[in-house]
Amino acid sequence: MDGVHDLGGMHGFGPVVREQNEPTFHARWEAIVAAMMRSARMHRVFNIDEFRHAIERMPPEEYLTATYYERWLAAVSRLAVEKGLTTEQELERRAAAGGTGDASPSASSGPSPSVPGAGAVSDQSAITVAATSFRPATGTPRFQVGDPVVTIETHTKGHTRLPRYARGKHGVVHARHGFHVFPDSSAHGRGENPQPLYSVRFESDELWGSSGELSQAVYLDLWEGYLQPDRA
Amino acid sequence: MGKFHPNVDQYVVSRVRALESILREKGILAADAVDRIIERYESDTGPMVGARAVARAWTNATYRQKLLTNSTAALADLGVTYDSLIVVENSTAVHNLVVCTLCSCYPWPVLGLPPVWYKSPPYRSRAVSEPRQLLAEMGLIVPPEREIRVWDSSAEMRYMVLPVRPRGTDGMGEEQLIPLITRDALIGVAEVPAPARA
Repeated sequence: MDGVHDLGGMHGFGPVVREQNEPTFHARWEAIVAAMMRSARMHRVFNIDEFRHAIERMPPEEYLTATYYERWLAAVSRLAVEKGLTTEQELERRAAAGGTGDASPSASSGPSPSVPGAGAVSDQSAITVAATSFRPATGTPRFQVGDPVVTIETHTKGHTRLPRYARGKHGVVHARHGFHVFPDSSAHGRGENPQPLYSVRFESDELWGSSGELSQAVYLDLWEGYLQPDRA
Repeated sequence: MGKFHPNVDQYVVSRVRALESILREKGILAADAVDRIIERYESDTGPMVGARAVARAWTNATYRQKLLTNSTAALADLGVTYDSLIVVENSTAVHNLVVCTLCSCYPWPVLGLPPVWYKSPPYRSRAVSEPRQLLAEMGLIVPPEREIRVWDSSAEMRYMVLPVRPRGTDGMGEEQLIPLITRDALIGVAEVPAPARA
């Protein structure tokens, strides 16, 4: 989707400001959000593509003013509702009551039978979440290293990992990375649909015209469905 | 408190607690999950895995080649399981920079949690379109003849920079080199500085 999350090349955000001695988490609630996101993924409440798309669906003005973990909170909350774990009304009811539920955290009664895999995830994996996107090859990649390619010009309202600034642009295949889960279908419950993934090099002037810097290139990792042969 | 400590109103905290209570009741959030994630990332002293890999690459040509061509095997040597890392090498001819314009993808297993600036709109918007200007503002002047390659992490591959080994480190071993290697150098927004003379 052509959302505000797709920031590459936008103007007006000013200088990068670096915080000195930045803490790992600025408040405990941030760590709670991080733990909720990773635990929910381990329990396959949602996949990474659904999670990213949930963030992208935030209203633009909220996205830009939210902190990183506020965006995560918005996405996990939205997906918890969409996946049927709770309702927005229930979240609001509990929030209004100070955030405590009917059961105190210490009184948690263990896995709910309605949640597949609940309680079956080891503590270690709940922290690291190393779910790989690699999949076995299901065919022959269409492009070779060195092939000239052009990206598709798409304005899908759904999830995609082809940024606006790189659509309809000419590049060259730099490397092949095997087959990977295709986010454009995975984010919408349409299956993993694995495709070959390529590293593609784009020259600065192709992306930015005369505004581009000299001697600069951008490399993007792009699925085969984003690419066409460049016959020019 | 400034912009890094947004005065998060009680509503956000209440929403966090509301969702937390639901996920606990559903058996999704383990009782110790929050403490474990804090322990994991606060005890992880920053980009230690990445720094060790770079220090070893600087001191061992065979390992350097392995890190650049088969990072999974190179990281396994350090006891780290990670199949998605691409290591890109800086030189006098090329400077590499890592970004994620669409979200905030970052190689957590080797660099720890990303800093706030990496996830911020100024960095994400400008790194791909005006990296030389951006780096200059951040204190790194890249010579005009040196090509800048920006790696926009649009898929699940993750990127780490192998910085140039600084002058004045001849004869230093892996353990001596590690403290010199900063997270920012592994992202590509800084170089590894030469050590202060003793």
